[in-house]
Amino acid sequence: MAATKALSEVIFRVRRFDPGADAAPRWEEHRLPYTPGMTVLDGLKRLKETVAPGLAWRSSCRMGVCGSCGMFINGRARLACNTQITELGTNVVMVAPLPNFNTIRDLVPDLVQMFDAHQALMPYVIRGDADEMTEPTGEFAQSVHELEQFLQFSYCIRCGCCMAACPTYATDPRYSGPMPLTQAHRYNADTRDDGFATRRTVLAGETGPWRCHFAGECSRVCPKGVDPARAIQLMKRELVLDYLRLRRERCPASVATKPAGIARRDGIPDAPKPTI
Amino acid sequence: MRDQRLWTWHVGAGLVILVFLGLHMAIMHVDAILGVFNRPGSEAIDWANVVTRARSAFFMVTYVVLLGMALFHGLYGLRNILFELNPGDGLKKGLSVLLTVVGVGLFGLGTWAAWASFGLARTL
Amino acid sequence: MLQNKGRPNRLGVAGWLGGGSWGVERYLYTLHRVTGLGLLAYFLMHIGVTTSRAFGPETWERAMGAVSGPLFKVGEYLVFLAFAFHAVNGVRLALVELGIGIGKPIEPVYPYRTSVDVQRPLAIGVMILAAVIAALGGVQFLESFR
Repeated sequence: MAATKALSEVIFRVRRFDPGADAAPRWEEHRLPYTPGMTVLDGLKRLKETVAPGLAWRSSCRMGVCGSCGMFINGRARLACNTQITELGTNVVMVAPLPNFNTIRDLVPDLVQMFDAHQALMPYVIRGDADEMTEPTGEFAQSVHELEQFLQFSYCIRCGCCMAACPTYATDPRYSGPMPLTQAHRYNADTRDDGFATRRTVLAGETGPWRCHFAGECSRVCPKGVDPARAIQLMKRELVLDYLRLRRERCPASVATKPAGIARRDGIPDAPKPTI
Repeated sequence: MRDQRLWTWHVGAGLVILVFLGLHMAIMHVDAILGVFNRPGSEAIDWANVVTRARSAFFMVTYVVLLGMALFHGLYGLRNILFELNPGDGLKKGLSVLLTVVGVGLFGLGTWAAWASFGLARTL
Repeated sequence: MLQNKGRPNRLGVAGWLGGGSWGVERYLYTLHRVTGLGLLAYFLMHIGVTTSRAFGPETWERAMGAVSGPLFKVGEYLVFLAFAFHAVNGVRLALVELGIGIGKPIEPVYPYRTSVDVQRPLAIGVMILAAVIAALGGVQFLESFR
């Protein structure tokens, strides 16, 4: 949304909370001169350099790939580094910590609950052939079409914005939330994985996708286009088909066969032995 | 586990309700336009029309099916909303039991009424 | 498992109403809940009232007389409106939550076209159909006042 008038000044209203000193969070207002291309993260850094040295937040890559700087900016969960001041349509920037997570201090949310739910859904390839997993002999055969079934969901950077936007997670801490459920589907849909039955023991119960009602907010706020809503609905479909015994069982992807009669060119050294 | 089963039934019940409640709403609230289901010039809730429906085996059976499906769908929906407010485990168990008792009780009452009025209408 | 720290910061029921992002589907979700609760409340009373038909015409007429006032007629039409919305939106939810109409997983390229965007025409169709059904029911409702 283009600003019709050039911005000269930005008013930052930041939610401050020092657990050692404050009984409750409070708003703090500061003014900063606007510089072209200023993001919310740029503004926070300038505040810390000048008037608010104790301001705490998480950030790292400053380019929207690490997922550290998720915050509640002007009423919407966003990445601070990815949010231009001009796209907010106003020069008043209200920055609060991500809701639906405990606040450790100022703008720092406690994401432990999200990571616990994530871990409980076993977000890794589960297969029966332990030998191949520990000492691989080759790559697993997976077509481009099979890759497309889960690639979108692998772009997740674990920023927590989807969790902050979810209406169910707003009241129900036992709901796994969009991120863990999307990652569960990412692995269920991966043809290399054989862990559907294992994950089902968790997904079929209370912490599964059943409390999702397609409000769609998670997909709207996701900064990487992961579309958690899509993953969760696709997962529900799999689970319903499974209950009705209509789900197509598939074998996990096998190791790709090497083409016969291919010899290595002269002068190319062997790969070093794995050290891990 | 339970939630996977209950949710599937919730959606299935919704689709069944769509058909039967749609028919019920058409009879009760749209027949002024359609003019198909009730006697001309009468209202759906006139005793004569009630008797016509009550004596029909089709209506008796579909009312009971609609009753059961709607009670399950509605009470499961209510249970979902209440559980999302994060009550304690004991309260969750209590709510499940209460809603089941209310559902079964009302289903019994409604089925009795459908059966009794079926019998009564057949004598009129 | 690491220790949970910090001050609670959940949105609570306010999060049901809109955590700040004003998507249409968020409002449809809230309205679906509200109409569902309204329909349930009406339904539980309805079972009680219609049971009177098993006791004969006098009991039935007395029950119908008790619920025939103009306020009841308006209330009944509100129930019909709630049904119109809840039923048609319910069909949308049944389709969408079984993965129909939300599109296939695609490599995300900005600006992202999410499942919410793909099903948007369905959501609009739902609202139009609900309005049509509401209007059809409105004809009989208005006639009942004549």
